[in-house]
Amino acid sequence: MTDESPAVICQDLCVVRGGVSVLPGLSVRVASGRVTGLLGPSGSGKTTLIRSVVGVQQVASGTVSVLGLPAGSAELRRRVAYVTQDASVYADLTVAQNVGYFASILGAPASDVDRVICEVGLEGREGDRVGQLSGGERSRVSLAVALLGSPEVLVLDEPTVGLDPVLRRDLWKMFGGLAATGLTLLISSHVMDEASRCDDLMLLRDGQLLAHDSVAAILTSTGTSDIESAFLSLVEGAP
Amino acid sequence: MTITRTVATARRVVQQLQHDHRTVALILVVPCVLMGLLAWMLSDADFNQYGAPLLGIFPLIVMFLTTSVATLRERESGTLERLLSMPIAKVDFVLGYALAFGLLGVVQALVVSGLAVGPFGLEVAGPTWALIVVAVIDALLGTALGLFVSAFAKTEFQAVQFMPALILPQLLLCGIVVPREELPTALRLLSDVLPMSYAVDATTEVMTSTSMSADFWLNVGIVALFMAVGLALGAGTLRRRTP
Repeated sequence: MTDESPAVICQDLCVVRGGVSVLPGLSVRVASGRVTGLLGPSGSGKTTLIRSVVGVQQVASGTVSVLGLPAGSAELRRRVAYVTQDASVYADLTVAQNVGYFASILGAPASDVDRVICEVGLEGREGDRVGQLSGGERSRVSLAVALLGSPEVLVLDEPTVGLDPVLRRDLWKMFGGLAATGLTLLISSHVMDEASRCDDLMLLRDGQLLAHDSVAAILTSTGTSDIESAFLSLVEGAP
Repeated sequence: MTITRTVATARRVVQQLQHDHRTVALILVVPCVLMGLLAWMLSDADFNQYGAPLLGIFPLIVMFLTTSVATLRERESGTLERLLSMPIAKVDFVLGYALAFGLLGVVQALVVSGLAVGPFGLEVAGPTWALIVVAVIDALLGTALGLFVSAFAKTEFQAVQFMPALILPQLLLCGIVVPREELPTALRLLSDVLPMSYAVDATTEVMTSTSMSADFWLNVGIVALFMAVGLALGAGTLRRRTP
């Protein structure tokens, strides 16, 4: 994990949802230009942390800054792209209409529409209505929208759920490629075997950070051979 | 606020409607059928008296329901959260909807008024275009109110219930059932602050006077003001951060 100018800095972040403290004071830094995996079981606070980074979450206390600006600042709305857990696209529009609409909201060039549709492997499906696509295809449309323009930070909430293994591999390859061009990616997942695709890992449980390091470092420090075991060892080792 | 984002949003809403032929057909056909029913069951004099104001009220009700459900769907599907994490002003979103549904309101007003003054034989003293102006401004008012109330509904069931809660009292007090000056004082004062009263007053002007008086434009202006306030409140109740 590199500490030079992190892309995201959370300081004592507290979030309360429905009377329950989901994040009871989280401090974390996400390195820029790397793929950081946010792993943890359902209900561990992954989505809440992601929403806080994007600036759509009401925060009880603490600060979140992204690219040196407070999360949710007007300037960040073009520089941070966000994919929600459910495919947030219009089911009653075609693939091209969906991507085209968001492109005009972002002020992205018209050529971007074809580019991102190709990048998620939906070329030839432009005229299909999103409501008639499979769940996996729908989440790819959602992902395509996030690739519009030139975001500097990509925040993805479980982007690979329900996708076939080949496509998952291709997407992770693409995420790696994006990071190589200088983008910062924060990707949540509850599938532990996706951890090996990430540069850094954040293991979250009950709103607490169990570990935050490179994959290799986490495996070494826990003396385990896979992230699932590392997670278990960290949970059991916790006081 | 930017024109391109407002227009893009309006175009997107129209595209959604284009994929939903049944809703568009219902929006256009139902008021025509209701107007035909009125023409059939009422005497000519009564049809002139009730048909004209209802010409403006149908679009208001239809657009209110359509907009409140459509906005709620945006909230539930997460598209609103995604949009508001992007560089779109809240006003762009609200005006985009108003523009798209306003357009639909124009089409609806043209179709229903055309039928009413044509085959159904509705007779008004003033020009037909004035009836259409009232119908369109009513449709826009319905859109604005729909956008606003959707902020207070958590489900589509709740959104639909705002129709009887907010629209029916206005329908009872707007002067069609009992002339407003004959209402008990408290109710008359209440009707003074309800937008539909002015929509009906504007229609009454068209029904009774041949030249478009300042009163007509005053009433239309008041409805437009309610619409603007509704849109402003609609934009004001959108939240970029949610719990």
